[in-house]
Amino acid sequence: MSASLPYLSLILGVPALGALITLLLPAGSKQAIRTLGTVALAVPVLLVAAVWAGYDPAVSGPQFVERYDWIPSLGAQYYLGVDGISLALVALTALVAPLAALASWNIEHRVKEYWVLLQFLIVGIFGVFLALDYLLFYVFFELSLIPMYFLIGIWGGPRRDYAAMKFFIYTLVGSIVLIVGILALYFLTGASSFDMIELAQRAPAAVPEALKLPLFVLLLAGFAIKTPMWPVHTWLPDAHVEAPTPISVILAALLLKMGTYGMMRITWPTLPDVARELSGVLAAFGVIAIIYGAFSALGQRDFKRLVAYSSVSQMGFVVLALAAAAGAQAAGLEPAIAASAAQAASSAAVFMMVAHGLASALLFLLVGFWYDRTHTRDFDKLGGMFRTTPVGATFLAIAAFANLGLPGFSTFIGEFFSLMGTLPVFPVAVYAALVGLVGAAMYNLTMLQRVAMGGPREEYAGLPDVTGRELVTFVPLVAGMLLLGWFPGVVMDILNAPVTQFVAKLGGM
Amino acid sequence: MESAWLIPVFPLIAFVLTVFFGRRLGERAGWIGVAGMLAATVLAASVFRDAVASPEGYAASYPWLRIGDFEVRAGFRVDNLEAALLLMVSFVSLMVHVFSLGYMHGDARYNRYFSLISLFTGAMLGLVISDNAVFWLLWWEIMGACSYLLIGHWFEERPNQAAAYKAFITTRIGDVLMMAGFWYMFKLTGSLRFDDWQAWVEHSAGGGVDFTRAMTVAALLIFGGAVGKSAQAPLHVWLPDAMAGPTPVSALIHAATMVAAGVFLIARTYFIFAQSATALAVVAFLGAFTAFLAATIAIVQSDIKKVLAYSTVSQLGYMVMALGVGGYAAAMFHLWTHGFFKALLFLGSGAVIHAVHTQNIHEMGGLARKLKVTALTFAVGMLALSGIWPFSGFYSKDEILLAAYDSSYPVLFWVGAVTAGLTAFYMTRALILTFFGQPRDLHRYEHAHEGGPELTWPLILLAIPALTAGFLAPKLFGAPVHEFITFGEHVAAHEPESVVVLTGTLFSVGGILAGIVVYGLRWISTATLRAALETPYYVLREKWFFDWAYERFVLGGSALLARLVAGFDRAVVDGLVNGVARLTVWVGDVTRRWSTGLVHTYMLTLFAGVVALALLILQVTGGLR
Amino acid sequence: MGAGIPLAYYLVLGTLLFCIGLWGALTRTNAIRILMCIELVLNAVNLNLVALNRYLDPGSVEGQIFGLFIIAIAAAEAAIGIGIVLMVVRRRGEVDINKIRLMRG
Repeated sequence: MSASLPYLSLILGVPALGALITLLLPAGSKQAIRTLGTVALAVPVLLVAAVWAGYDPAVSGPQFVERYDWIPSLGAQYYLGVDGISLALVALTALVAPLAALASWNIEHRVKEYWVLLQFLIVGIFGVFLALDYLLFYVFFELSLIPMYFLIGIWGGPRRDYAAMKFFIYTLVGSIVLIVGILALYFLTGASSFDMIELAQRAPAAVPEALKLPLFVLLLAGFAIKTPMWPVHTWLPDAHVEAPTPISVILAALLLKMGTYGMMRITWPTLPDVARELSGVLAAFGVIAIIYGAFSALGQRDFKRLVAYSSVSQMGFVVLALAAAAGAQAAGLEPAIAASAAQAASSAAVFMMVAHGLASALLFLLVGFWYDRTHTRDFDKLGGMFRTTPVGATFLAIAAFANLGLPGFSTFIGEFFSLMGTLPVFPVAVYAALVGLVGAAMYNLTMLQRVAMGGPREEYAGLPDVTGRELVTFVPLVAGMLLLGWFPGVVMDILNAPVTQFVAKLGGM
Repeated sequence: MESAWLIPVFPLIAFVLTVFFGRRLGERAGWIGVAGMLAATVLAASVFRDAVASPEGYAASYPWLRIGDFEVRAGFRVDNLEAALLLMVSFVSLMVHVFSLGYMHGDARYNRYFSLISLFTGAMLGLVISDNAVFWLLWWEIMGACSYLLIGHWFEERPNQAAAYKAFITTRIGDVLMMAGFWYMFKLTGSLRFDDWQAWVEHSAGGGVDFTRAMTVAALLIFGGAVGKSAQAPLHVWLPDAMAGPTPVSALIHAATMVAAGVFLIARTYFIFAQSATALAVVAFLGAFTAFLAATIAIVQSDIKKVLAYSTVSQLGYMVMALGVGGYAAAMFHLWTHGFFKALLFLGSGAVIHAVHTQNIHEMGGLARKLKVTALTFAVGMLALSGIWPFSGFYSKDEILLAAYDSSYPVLFWVGAVTAGLTAFYMTRALILTFFGQPRDLHRYEHAHEGGPELTWPLILLAIPALTAGFLAPKLFGAPVHEFITFGEHVAAHEPESVVVLTGTLFSVGGILAGIVVYGLRWISTATLRAALETPYYVLREKWFFDWAYERFVLGGSALLARLVAGFDRAVVDGLVNGVARLTVWVGDVTRRWSTGLVHTYMLTLFAGVVALALLILQVTGGLR
Repeated sequence: MGAGIPLAYYLVLGTLLFCIGLWGALTRTNAIRILMCIELVLNAVNLNLVALNRYLDPGSVEGQIFGLFIIAIAAAEAAIGIGIVLMVVRRRGEVDINKIRLMRG
């Protein structure tokens, strides 16, 4: 299974090349630009499929490694690789990116610039999940930030300047804190490279006790903003509401995952002791996000804001599960139960990321579906869509039930196993999270009722139902949710080995 | 029995086919569902026959999900109890499907309806045979979603939406507690399989105070699920409102699926309950309370479906109480017989509604002359529900009363007996007001006529088991009920006691006579009664204020919380963020003033800076030396 | 260099030049004059460099080299400065820096 082709570089390279070619095309040739961009974002699907096929789930370390010197004097390398955790998220990215591309076809304003930025954005996201070198990781982390700023700021809604600036400042602060943390780690460990795995191994012994907590906070803060953890979440609703539909999709489905992925890849393994000590606090933040997000969502009258807050709530499950994974060894449980719990919580955390990616992508596409047709997101002005656009409304019903954690859809597996793994560790947190689960049912059904139920409204009579292109964007997401809901092993199997390693690191000395 | 897993597959295939081809087929789509149910029923009958022949049952499981060393297997198990339930559920659902062919004729969302009832039934059948918590939950929640969509079938109207929402949210409250109970059992046992749990519990039984406490916690959490799904107080409020859906759906929800699942949950995890006297007591008393509460409310309902709905709540309370007092077999037997006669009653009410287009029993009357089959079968169902010998309800109710009589809480026996009397009373009232006396709405009466064969035949076919399931059961099962449906050695068979039979029958007959006196012969006018019992009447009309509490606390509370949190988010959290932003702007505003644009200011600042730096350097280095 | 003139004379002269230049730069409003005053300041520094080099470390030439550098850079700076002033005068007809406040915040 030695990689004959540099698959991972190709995954990064094809969209990047697409962006560069787009730059050379005349701005007027919109169709060519769109076709090229969609193809460039669709090709990684095949590449990821090849990687998935060649991936050996029994091996816990990174696979498909590509490693070249980049800045030899600093020891920075162009170092790519996938393990199960990153592969799951790379696959999610590969699935969502072309759908977002398809959803971008009706953008008519400054088409060329839009597609260039979109493709660079995807390169950045792929890069974050593929990089195993801190510096490279950071470069991609930033690379995803700047296109996002412009995509919201230029193609956004009425308050786009405010939203884009808020997003930018928030995440920039996060990035700066992160780079300080990375550099501190680099110098404190005295490492000669930015190799993530090596630095994580050295850190527990090399970092002085007194500096561990500050370093942990530095490494956490950037990811916490991205996730977003409560209370640094308020950039999210604004950014979502103002962003154009495909960008909302990418933001919710992919960008947020960079935060929790970073926690799993960097923050937790680097300083497992601190993670364990702080696990209670982190769990509390997770639970607050779950409940707070759910009821904030229930209190919204704007379709898109509701979906945005639901992201805050859903990502709370990931944070809670990761906190439980960190704290499992210290909870005084039987070793076997503690290991099972930590494993279940960590796997479910990754699973939840994928599940939320699918569900939120579908929900944002649906928000856009009706916004394109009715030019409103106000619940008071929507309604009766089961009658007006029955197919679209059926998809909304599916999305709503999936998002509230109905079994048979992937979100349920994520929620169920993350809370199952958490209960032995933080029982009170889980009992509190139950309120959030009921709240999730409330806001999702409220959304469904306000949009889809009720009698048909006259002003929307004759509204066109789902078009072929829209159907192509909806169906893969539904199929993915159902596939993972009924056969979660598809993802869980590739997670087992790396998560076992992750758990061992959290529990180890 | 190896093929039992196929039973839920048939309706699920019907669901998929109806979803994809329903629109093209028009009303012929209904037949897909009927065919699926017919296949399931035939298979269920064969499985049932196998189960009777071989008492040890059958179980199989396959790898489904592995998380590290922790494994979840997908499996199914069929025991005597499961086989009996499979048969009852698929038969009742088949009848509902056939009935729906006629009842839903001309409905705008005909195929949506049929796809959902197929999925609903498939989920219930899957639930019955599932052997682990994950799949249990899977089918359980799919039923919840189906009930939501079916109750909201006519979603154009606000009240129907509200009823659907209420059903989902109140059951969801129970569901999440049940989930927590499952997780709690995982914490104890490291597994999600029911058999593993049982083995663990039996292995560690008698493990002292900690063990008992753990069992109490687990049992009560799991019981939460049953309280929600099986509509026990205080989460029963959704069930009467669920009448907003089409009537056959009510039959499905109330008899064969959904509510039966809750009681079955307790049975499925009974080994946990059996370890905790506290949990059993809670179950018993809550069940008894619910049985009594709902029976009293049913007396004052004027909507025929609501009468039946409250009777379901009451009967479920009966079953839950039976489980609480150790009447495992009795509860399951009652669940089984109740499935037949409650489906019959609901479909009967559906036939009435179909004929007169109203649900208000005060606008009916005298319909027996027009709807002969319906009236006759409804009477069969009513007698079964009232527990009159030889109807099926008599046998199962008798078992329950017996269990209560033998338990450590004799008061429950009396609650049960009184409830039986109340049940007989309100069912007599419903029967008389609907079918006898003078028609109170002549216009509706004139237009009333019996439905087609797809409406009448299900009634007739359901009336047969409603009449005979009781005394035929031992023959059908090949053994007395408590030997066919067993739970380990914890539950001993109860010796029949004549005092129980007599008391039960006395109360039932008394209830019927009272009903006849008040509503048939009109010796006592209802107005007099209402005036004499003003306060109780008010309490009953207000349904003991549970709905008020739901609106106040669940709906109002969540809305208030949502407003508070959303407002807090906007004002405080986001306000803080924007405050920081404004602070930055303000600082910039202040410092801006220093750049005056005058070259001299800059030069002076520069010079002052150089001097300051020089002084600083001199200070640090200690002069030029 | 003659041994007759003590170091202090050079330093006093340098200080005087510096102070005159600084005073002029801070008080004049004519841009050209300010530029000239800055030249004075620079030359004061040059004088100090050369003198100190000669007296403290006669064998080396670093001080002189620095002086030459400063002369060269001062020439360039003066050229650019006068160029800017010329442009300003051409566009606004004004050499009074108090009336040119484009940089006000």
